[in-house]
Amino acid sequence: MTASTRYTRHSFYVLTENSLTLVSVVLFSIILLLAIIGPTIAPYDPLTTNTASSLMPPSALHWFGTDQLGRDICSRVLVATRLDLVIAASAVSISFVIGSLLGAICGYYEGFLDWLIGRGIDVMMAFPLFVLAMALVAALGNTVVNIVYATAIINIPFYFRLARAEINVRRHSGYVEAARLSGNSNARIILTYLLPNALPTLVVQISINMGWAILNAAGLSFIGLGVRPPTAEWGIMVAQGAVLVIGGQWWVALFPGLALMIVVFCFNLLGDALRDIVDPRRRT
Amino acid sequence: MGNAQALLAIDNLSVEFRTRTGLVRALDRVSFDVSAGEIIGVVGESGSGKSVTAYTIAGILDPSAHITSGRIDFQSRDLLKLGGRARRQICGRQLSVIFQHPRIALNQIRPVGLQIEDVVRAHTSLTRAEAQRRAFDMLEAVKIADPQHCMQLYPFQLSGGMCQRIMIAMALSCNPRLLLADEPTTGLDVTTQAVIMDLIQELGKKLGMTAILITHDLALAAERCDRIVVMHAGQVMEIAPTAELFRNPMHPYTRRLGAATPGPVSDISELDIVPGSVPDLRRQNLPPCRYAERCERRIKECDIGPVPRVAVGRDHFVACKRAL
Amino acid sequence: MKPSRGWFAAKRIVSAVPLVFGVVAATFLLTRLLPGDPAAFFTNTPGAGAAEIAEVRHNLGLDRSLPEQFVIYLVNLAHGDLGQSLISGQSVAADLMERLPASLELTVIAFVLACAVGLPLGIFAALRPGSIIDHTCRIVSTAGVSTPVFVSGLLLIYVFYYLLGWAPDPVGRLDPYLNAPPHLTGLLIVDGLLAGDLNSTLSSVKQLILPSATMALFALAPLARMMRGSMIAVLGSEFIRTARALGLPRRKIIMTYALRNALLPVITTLGMVFSYMLGANVLVEKVFAWPGIGAYALNALISLDYAPVQGFILLMACLYVVLNLMVDLIYSFIDPRVGLAE
Repeated sequence: MTASTRYTRHSFYVLTENSLTLVSVVLFSIILLLAIIGPTIAPYDPLTTNTASSLMPPSALHWFGTDQLGRDICSRVLVATRLDLVIAASAVSISFVIGSLLGAICGYYEGFLDWLIGRGIDVMMAFPLFVLAMALVAALGNTVVNIVYATAIINIPFYFRLARAEINVRRHSGYVEAARLSGNSNARIILTYLLPNALPTLVVQISINMGWAILNAAGLSFIGLGVRPPTAEWGIMVAQGAVLVIGGQWWVALFPGLALMIVVFCFNLLGDALRDIVDPRRRT
Repeated sequence: MGNAQALLAIDNLSVEFRTRTGLVRALDRVSFDVSAGEIIGVVGESGSGKSVTAYTIAGILDPSAHITSGRIDFQSRDLLKLGGRARRQICGRQLSVIFQHPRIALNQIRPVGLQIEDVVRAHTSLTRAEAQRRAFDMLEAVKIADPQHCMQLYPFQLSGGMCQRIMIAMALSCNPRLLLADEPTTGLDVTTQAVIMDLIQELGKKLGMTAILITHDLALAAERCDRIVVMHAGQVMEIAPTAELFRNPMHPYTRRLGAATPGPVSDISELDIVPGSVPDLRRQNLPPCRYAERCERRIKECDIGPVPRVAVGRDHFVACKRAL
Repeated sequence: MKPSRGWFAAKRIVSAVPLVFGVVAATFLLTRLLPGDPAAFFTNTPGAGAAEIAEVRHNLGLDRSLPEQFVIYLVNLAHGDLGQSLISGQSVAADLMERLPASLELTVIAFVLACAVGLPLGIFAALRPGSIIDHTCRIVSTAGVSTPVFVSGLLLIYVFYYLLGWAPDPVGRLDPYLNAPPHLTGLLIVDGLLAGDLNSTLSSVKQLILPSATMALFALAPLARMMRGSMIAVLGSEFIRTARALGLPRRKIIMTYALRNALLPVITTLGMVFSYMLGANVLVEKVFAWPGIGAYALNALISLDYAPVQGFILLMACLYVVLNLMVDLIYSFIDPRVGLAE
């Protein structure tokens, strides 16, 4: 049995033996699907207001009810899937690329550069990260793109440390020495030998990070940063529904909140499953 | 086996483990006796079930273990039928264990003196001061220089050999009748090995204690044990007094083992490796004799019916249908 | 033994100093990035001429070079001057000190709650695998980690205030019809007790329940998960097996042998939990209209009043550095291997 067949077998085994993992994989596919076709299957236009039917509870006509401006919440939640996922995915991709490269370089070259960047990362991590994100959005300007950048920046340390540790450990091993002696450039060694080996651990981190990035972005928009009305985004929808909860109109805030919970839960489970595939010793 | 003088009598012991990948039939009808005062060796490759046997006696099997048959008679009680409290009264008091890798077998963040005291106070009603005194005495007994200072140290501050002495001190602190030593010298350097084994033998004699030595090192067993039980894949293959076993091995496996163990003057090229490997104990279709598939003396009868235990001499038993 | 540990502690404290300096510098840089020209903001006469704006800019020191501004900033910091808030007209330092007790009360109680519930939950889940407690623990931790803190806050309000009517109006720290006790510490519970004012003490406790429960839930999830995982790992380790084999009583094995070892990794995660809680502060204060420093900074942010934001970030970061330091120091005194193992 070749290594890749064994790996596939093992992955399949992990994904199916635990029903919860299977659920998360199915759920993830559904979420992805909704992100892609959401706007097309939404029953109503998410932006059309209709004050006559404002604040109607969930019914056959409006599955999730309507908000203060009469907009259909179900459509808005569906449409927001794409935006929230795109924000999170962009942020995570940026932080993954920058963090891993930085970490790989520092882990490989060591020395002063490593020390300097390491100290910089330490200073970054000395801030409570959500607070730092707030400050970054305030500093860069209150736009959606800056939410992405802010979330990306605060996630860089995780990839940096992971990549640095993985590269640093393997840096002095036999095959790296051999590659260097046979004339490979340092860049080539990092990109083709070292980083690919660190990839499994990094991918696990990505999945776990996605959930966290979504929470972060939603938190920022909840406090009024980045996304402006009338954009449909889960965080801002919860904020709009927050004042209504005291009055008992729970549906405006709950459904976007539920969407957030389900999506983050799904990514966390997926991350656990990926971790089991990559490193079964750390199962809980 | 019915040896009335036996301190410990294991009869027909079978143990299974429920694992993610299947049911592991770790022990298959293991039986042997241990007489008072002797040192008996249980030898075999890794996976032979020797540690599982020891853990079953000591009652520290994994929760996934399932004892499917057998009894272990110790001081006229069946250990397998004892409840938790009765167990705790025996373990550490009448019956003690020492493990391999002594440094990690000790509590890293607790001073070793306190750990010995814990054992003493668990089984006696000594006061704190008296237990402390006893711990001190035990450290002296295991020949640790400056016991007073050592008592306050932590395991990570001690060498492997010293940690094993501490373990021995803990295990022997309540004068047990029987000591189970699970690979006590693996991982130690040769000199320390000899020192530790000397210590065990000496203290054993002084306290009138019986010992079961579990090891994969046949030479060590040959040196230190009065009798040897040879195990393979969860089954007992042969039992004999040491000299007899080496002079006259009757089981094909024992003979191979003897040839496989490097002696001080044998050449590497003369090393006769035992062919094949231990069968996968999760298989449904394991043959009655689990050595059959590796055996050069295999016959049709080996696959039919259970393997009998044949007495081939004074105190010498072999589980084979076609013994040598 | 002691000298080695003391040495470690000293080294750790010393290493925090450059970190604080880095934090100060980073905060300065961040706020220099803030958009908008504060000088134009300050001149409120419409159609103010360039000369007037330049004069205001000179007064604020914004026409100096960046390094000069940094030195001015440091000097001001040394005097405890964090600038002025445009909204309140007061010094930012005074504002923060006024509102800090509210956040502290909330966070400390939430932390105590989270530990009091989360740690035993994790421990019992590990001791009884597959039981109801175990399943509860796993569900609570997974759900807790996946739920945004503002959603759980709103859920709690809906269930306990609207549906069940058990909780009071989520309108702040005290029943609006009651007078606050004389200000001694700023912590309403303490002040109320010291003044013998049971009414306001009780009211402030009642008002605290939902917000601190929300924060506690948030912190509970990672704590319970960590405790459970650590306990399971320790219970399966070699030295526990030795303890069982030597017949130590069950209570001793769990309390003295297993628990002490299992708590060590949990203590190291406390720093991370604090970080999350300090961040969640802002969100919880918004949901419950809690007059703490998070709400203060948020208001300032939305109103483009940047001095309070800068002060807030600085305060949070310093708090976090100090908290982490304390956790590390506590850990070094509990784990004998620190500074001793080679």
